[in-house]
Amino acid sequence: MSNSPADQSLQPAAERHIDIEIRLLIEAIYLTYSYDFRDYSGASVKRRILHALRQMECGSVSSLQARVLHEPTAFMELLQYLTIPVSEMFRDPEHFLALRREVVPLLKTYPSVKVWIAGCSTGEEVYSMAILLREEGLLERTIIYATDINPTSLEKAKQGIYSMESVRAYTQNYQRAGGTRSFSDYYTAAYGNAIFDSSLRANVTFADHSLATDSVFSETQLVSCRNVLIYFNKGLQDRAFGLFHESLSRRGFLMLGSKETLDFSAYSSRFETLTRPERIYRKS
Amino acid sequence: MSRFQAVVVGASAGGVEALLGIYGQLPTNFKLPVLTVLHLPDERHSQLAEVFERRLNRPVRQARDKEPIEAGMFYFAGPSYHLSVERDFSLSLSQEERVHYSRPAIDFLFDSAADAYGAGLIGVLLTGANEDGARGLASIKRKGGLTIVQDPAEARVAVMPQAAIRLQTPDHILSLHGIGCLLAELERSTC
Repeated sequence: MSNSPADQSLQPAAERHIDIEIRLLIEAIYLTYSYDFRDYSGASVKRRILHALRQMECGSVSSLQARVLHEPTAFMELLQYLTIPVSEMFRDPEHFLALRREVVPLLKTYPSVKVWIAGCSTGEEVYSMAILLREEGLLERTIIYATDINPTSLEKAKQGIYSMESVRAYTQNYQRAGGTRSFSDYYTAAYGNAIFDSSLRANVTFADHSLATDSVFSETQLVSCRNVLIYFNKGLQDRAFGLFHESLSRRGFLMLGSKETLDFSAYSSRFETLTRPERIYRKS
Repeated sequence: MSRFQAVVVGASAGGVEALLGIYGQLPTNFKLPVLTVLHLPDERHSQLAEVFERRLNRPVRQARDKEPIEAGMFYFAGPSYHLSVERDFSLSLSQEERVHYSRPAIDFLFDSAADAYGAGLIGVLLTGANEDGARGLASIKRKGGLTIVQDPAEARVAVMPQAAIRLQTPDHILSLHGIGCLLAELERSTC
């Protein structure tokens, strides 16, 4: 139980300066490694750091900071705790169904399509998108940019190997998302894992990209960024929306996570809502 | 100036009736925001705010990411996302791992609200069959907030209030009726 992520109890002395220590750690990470967590939502960042403290057996945030500053491997370990690799294929199936019905017919009118999956984590969203586009006959003329700040996650995404146990759950999602074939057509089962067909990623470029510090790298017609923006504060959300707006071609599409909206954003007037429950927006 | 700025409430098994009991006692002009995490199967969660709004005849809303907390508003955490309070008194959602098999987790709401409101927070933990919330309630107390636990003898399932009482001595152990009266009284004394 002491390893529970909810365990925020520290010695009272350690708790006294915890907010200052966390700010200093975040600043140290930024200055040393150029990873910018300064505008992430504070409550979640604090939990992640306290969780990392216990996992990395550091007595205080300051001692974690010293390790991170001097040992790049310690930073990479901390990064795994700071980024949240909770993902699944065809998560929120009704969103993918709406994508298929409302967006794909319009994408088909383009001679070629570029899609940006921002914050692709371990790749579940990428393979979902690729499968959907293949079934709609679009994959061969589409380039998918799949970006994330975590190189370990990107490596996993490139492999496209997921446990059979999770793939069984994804199969239901796939069917509810309007899948037209048998989900098992897309992977080979081996040793309890599902290895996804490498042809799905033939047109996928995996790249290190930060919504907090990097700029736009390509014009795109569809941006999917799901369950990433909830970890940002309002200012950083607006930076990300700005990048998406700049990247999208005229009348391009933006797809967000089920709890993410443009409602509280400075960019709300620069997009129109295509399907509200499924969080698909269109550049005005 | 008032001492209390917000109320956070956690409940699990038996929670719907318990919450209706307490919230039904609060005056319609109750000015403190009330933030609730209730453990429910994901599919039952989605209608929670509507059900409570109808039953209580007052504005109730499913908490949205980055929404500023409004006085007098009742917020429920939605399904499959944790709910937190940020230092600027806005809400945030996250999908970190489950706590005591639960997402939303009471501990996450309580811990983050304790950080944001300090002594201005009232924490209430009710009936439930797991230990989520006990640690969060202890955080509220440590930060100077007021802690209230439902009397385990009255609770539909006593595990959750008992776990909280074991971890720290709450300021009040009360029946649902007593909790409703106390909240109404505390709110009146804050203005």
